[in-house]
Amino acid sequence: MKILIVDDFSTMRRIIKNLLRDLGFSNTQEADDGLTAWPMLQTGNFDFLVSDWNMPGMTGLDLLKKVRADPALSSLPILLVTAESKREQIIEAAQAGVNGYVVKPFTAGTLEEKINKIFERVG
Amino acid sequence: MAEVSVVENDRLAKARELVALLEAGKDAKADLIIEELSENCGDNELFQEVGRLTRELHEAINGFILDSSIGDLAETDIPDASERLQYVITMTENSANTTLGAVEACMPLLEHLEKHSEELTDEWKKFKSRQLSKDEFSVLSLQIEEFLTVVSSDSKALHGKMSEVLMAQDFQDLTSQIITKVIALVHDVEDKLIGLIRISGNKSPTDKKEHGKEVLEGPVVPGIEQGDVVNSQDEVDDLLSSLGF
Repeated sequence: MKILIVDDFSTMRRIIKNLLRDLGFSNTQEADDGLTAWPMLQTGNFDFLVSDWNMPGMTGLDLLKKVRADPALSSLPILLVTAESKREQIIEAAQAGVNGYVVKPFTAGTLEEKINKIFERVG
Repeated sequence: MAEVSVVENDRLAKARELVALLEAGKDAKADLIIEELSENCGDNELFQEVGRLTRELHEAINGFILDSSIGDLAETDIPDASERLQYVITMTENSANTTLGAVEACMPLLEHLEKHSEELTDEWKKFKSRQLSKDEFSVLSLQIEEFLTVVSSDSKALHGKMSEVLMAQDFQDLTSQIITKVIALVHDVEDKLIGLIRISGNKSPTDKKEHGKEVLEGPVVPGIEQGDVVNSQDEVDDLLSSLGF
């Protein structure tokens, strides 16, 4: 299981990376926004994407749309972990095809629950 | 002398009429009188220049008053910024307390492990150099078994505390997002102040603020109106499940 973590704050990337390692996922890589993440996704053979929303360059939502529009990547499971909490934004992300949505600040338990749920569905 | 006095009287009458017209808000007629007065004055250019500057100043001040964003700045944005910064203090304080609490909980566990492992090491060395009797070895064996159980449970406790410390660092991302917004506000206030300076320098203020651009709201700050937001992960889950997730 290879996971890409995308967040413009390195502290948050480290938190998520450590939480994933605790959950048994130690094969992770990091990117600081959508623009950096995109080429990595295309060549990196990732199984799962965890992304923030609000980032310079390319936002997590734009990255989500780009992934869904790409034939090779369209089925990649995506979890948004973001401080954006407007209902219309959550609906927008859902319509764009997100697999899970975690609002910051979150707990380790919440992240685990959402990831497990996504993998159950994806199989 | 009589002729001068007639001219003076005429100008006085015109001046009174000008005041009356200005008070009644009849600007066009007032401008005519100003022109008449200035023609008689002989220093036509100077008067026209003063008139032009007056009009520009008037327009600039009106424009400034009509700029509703200044009212928003004073009534909403500045108080909001105070709330946001207050929330930053709360978040950093909570994080520091969580971290300190976890460290304080870890210290005795580590000290306990260190002390017992040293004691057992001493005994183990005695055993290796055949200084222990059979009974003493039985005691040591029990102590080792007990210690291994403690190591296992204490390691779990330490791991839990380390995870707390890890999660407590999320304040950095969230407070940075909040502070970035406050910095943007400070720049906005700076722009408005520059506008004020421009008015006093007889130049029209320019509004640099971009309108209509999508703005991401960032973290929910308690006590700040941020529109239709969710206040917990449970609300996110409810909303998503209502959408068939």
